[in-house]
Amino acid sequence: MTISIKVRLAVLAAASVFTLGSVQATEVTGAGSSFVYPVLSKWSVAFHAKTGNQINYQSIGSGGGIAQIKAATVDFGASDAPLSQKVLHKFGLGQFPLVIGGIVPVVHLAGIKAGQMRLTGPVLAAIFMGQITRWNSPILVKLNPSIKLPDAAITVIHRSDGSGTTYNFTNYLSKVSPDWKSKIGFATSVPWPAGVGGKGNEGVSAYVEQIKNSIGYVEYAYALQNQMSYTQLQNSTGQFIKPSNTAFSAAAATADWAHAKDFHLLMTNAPGAKAWPIAATTWAIMYKKPKNAAHAKTAFEFFKWAFEHGQPLAQSLDYVPLPPSLVKQIEAYWARQFKM
Amino acid sequence: MPDSSTSAAIPNTPAQRMILRTTRDARNDRLFRWVLLSCAMLVLLALLGAVASTLWGGRLAFHTFGWKFLVSDQWNAVTGQFGALVPIWGTLMTSLIAMLLAVPISFGIALFLTEVAPSWMRAPVSAAVELLAGIPSIIYGMWGLFVFAPFLADHVYPWVNDKLGHLPLIGALFRGPPLGIGMLTAGIVLAIMVIPFISSVMRDVFLTVPTRLKESAYALGSTTWEVVWNIVLPYTRSAVVGGIFLGLGRALGETMAVTFVLGNAHQLSASLLMPSSSIASVIANEFTEAVSPMHQSSLIALGFLLFVVTFIVLAIAKLLLLGLARRGGTE
Amino acid sequence: MSADNIWLYRRRRAINLIALVLGAAATLFGLFWLGWILWVTLVKGFTALGPMLFTHSTPPPPGAGGGLANAFLGSLIVNSIALAVGVPVGIGAGMWLAEYAKHGKLGGVIRFLNDILLSAPSIVLGLFIYTILVKVVGHFSALAGGLALALIVLPIVVRTTDEMLKLVPSTMREAALSLGIPQWKVVMQILFRSARAGVITGILLALARISGETAPLLFTALNNQYWSSNLLKPIATVPVVIFQFALSPYAGWHALAWAGALVITLFILTLSLLSRLILSRSKVTHD
Repeated sequence: MTISIKVRLAVLAAASVFTLGSVQATEVTGAGSSFVYPVLSKWSVAFHAKTGNQINYQSIGSGGGIAQIKAATVDFGASDAPLSQKVLHKFGLGQFPLVIGGIVPVVHLAGIKAGQMRLTGPVLAAIFMGQITRWNSPILVKLNPSIKLPDAAITVIHRSDGSGTTYNFTNYLSKVSPDWKSKIGFATSVPWPAGVGGKGNEGVSAYVEQIKNSIGYVEYAYALQNQMSYTQLQNSTGQFIKPSNTAFSAAAATADWAHAKDFHLLMTNAPGAKAWPIAATTWAIMYKKPKNAAHAKTAFEFFKWAFEHGQPLAQSLDYVPLPPSLVKQIEAYWARQFKM
Repeated sequence: MPDSSTSAAIPNTPAQRMILRTTRDARNDRLFRWVLLSCAMLVLLALLGAVASTLWGGRLAFHTFGWKFLVSDQWNAVTGQFGALVPIWGTLMTSLIAMLLAVPISFGIALFLTEVAPSWMRAPVSAAVELLAGIPSIIYGMWGLFVFAPFLADHVYPWVNDKLGHLPLIGALFRGPPLGIGMLTAGIVLAIMVIPFISSVMRDVFLTVPTRLKESAYALGSTTWEVVWNIVLPYTRSAVVGGIFLGLGRALGETMAVTFVLGNAHQLSASLLMPSSSIASVIANEFTEAVSPMHQSSLIALGFLLFVVTFIVLAIAKLLLLGLARRGGTE
Repeated sequence: MSADNIWLYRRRRAINLIALVLGAAATLFGLFWLGWILWVTLVKGFTALGPMLFTHSTPPPPGAGGGLANAFLGSLIVNSIALAVGVPVGIGAGMWLAEYAKHGKLGGVIRFLNDILLSAPSIVLGLFIYTILVKVVGHFSALAGGLALALIVLPIVVRTTDEMLKLVPSTMREAALSLGIPQWKVVMQILFRSARAGVITGILLALARISGETAPLLFTALNNQYWSSNLLKPIATVPVVIFQFALSPYAGWHALAWAGALVITLFILTLSLLSRLILSRSKVTHD
């Protein structure tokens, strides 16, 4: 008899361990873009502390996020590339931006500090196409009269894996260089004509730090955390801009969201005078008629809370919150499009 | 004994008991055999299922590109043109380099652990070598990217380039900018990863060689090396090759480590110092960010091709082994 | 001895010496990499090592003041499922191959397919489980992760069981069968005992391999920021956490990633030493 009681106790204990945490609160699952993973995970912890609900977001890549929401294995997906209206319509999905970040060119040149070097879009495209091959080529010297550029070959570093960073960066190059647009185009991974590939933002950072006279592109947070020398870029109004949260914010504020159906708009080469030209966002993707209404409701509460109260947390991680005008548009979009 | 207590006629004579036991044993044996067979069938099902799912997922790519998928070196997500030549080449080359390095080293380790090392040293050293298999492959990747590749780029590859790059014939294999990442680096990292697999299987099977066989050879005046080469190795040949397959399998399909140190370049190049791509690394690098259905389908089609490549490589190895066995006159 | 013989003798001695020295050198070579990698992991993960590593769950960025407790639990659960499914089936299939299908056609085919399964890219196996389980059920789960890893365990265990059983001298089989012992008893209690050491090595290799697998878990177990032990919900695992943290920009997360790697490696080391200790007490020789 004692044995059976022991067994029963053990089974009970095991059962209680395995169900712990699954009863009290709503658990929402999201997956996709790695770009928003840090900020969503930080927001999630703060939201959990406030409401007890768990938002579990995992970075499996934008393509993965889109595939998962289409297969309805998650409550929301997140992608660095927006879905077309055709696809949204076909699957009954809606999408809206979450947070803004910037992509910055970084260089490794002796004596050149962050924000010193100036580049224009077409010059950047020519470097990444392998057309400008030396740092002291006349066009670079003319752009940078005040700094001494070395007589050395340029080593181009790009992403080797597919990424939203590459998607936005090549999208920008396509907008400013017809040559780039016709020969290479834009996608999450492109056939690079020149250079060395690094895995992930970390890989590109590591290479730029290791290889002298190199140039690469990374998300702003990586450039700051690794203390890399980012460059200035000339924006669409002709101004040379240093990357900063205000410059990314200006890009988001001046982008023409009002006319973008389902927020289908890439913020690269934004029209504002103070705008950083390679700003990017990540879209959350959800079903308009969700399979699990309770989960969707919690997800919307989470996003609303993040838009309204999450700014300081986002800024502490070098992300830029959405401008208030855009948040209003998103909330109107929710009311219009989603059945809650 | 439940069946004897329920049965109406309780067997009394030893003969009756004997018959009952024999039938029960026969029944149990049949059951045992069926259970084992169904386990084996599960292996069959698992593989066929995996192959079928990649074939199904890659149908769009196979349908669109046909045979060109195999021979094209194009890999362009913008224009939607995909071909598998470069990844196939990269997979074969990196695995070849890995096996060329790992097999002799593993044999050396097994030799040391079974015949040379003092007995107190054997257990800790073999545990340590096996530990190489316990390091997560992503750590190999990160270590390879942040520590090993820069080391090679600074200290080894410039020398390789200088000394070997000018040799006739094989020179082309060693020319190129010393970037640190590339097929040779990936091959070396793979070799380190498969050494524990091959060496621990070799060690285990070497230990199973009956002592009297070895002692007879020693008694005839053989040296340790001669015993290992002429007695131990032939006796365990099939299992040794099995261990090598274990390592080869890992090398062909290894994903994370290779992803970090191979560079994912879709260009065909003769030089081992240049970045390339392997089937598994392309899938890992691009699958999570592939948005267009054609891109995704092409990546899954690559997965199917890896099954095909593995099939061919293993078939060739099996044929070689058969030839070896026939020549050796054993079995 | 004639001059020729002395020369031959010296030559044989020399070859022997060279071979043994090379063997020792190869061992040192293997240990050198182990030392190097462990050292790097230790240095880079040092700041995250401490009791917090085991008592706290994965922290939000920038990653200070957290641990990997939820990931350790998750890996324990997922790996247990993988072993619970993969090992019995693998041993069963290995036994069938070695005892019932040594020379048969079907045996040859299965042995061959098993070798292919062995080298299937882990991400493809993950996708397979994703297609037949996650997509059908509609959510990620620890169970799916365990099954994906079981597909990696399976061929390794089949291979080693098969090989080790084949190496048991057939005299043992014949002796046992001639005593009238039923075959299942012969296989389970005599042959398997004798092959146990090698089979356990195989299981350990399999466990070592799945402890570091990221790709198949990404689309099956996903990951979880929170403490969860529910088999039907997404669950955190150490390799996936390492993958996500290592590629992030934050130093705190980096340290946790390396510390996680160090713990996995030490865990495998302990396991390996323990099993060796147990086995050395119950050694079976073939003479």
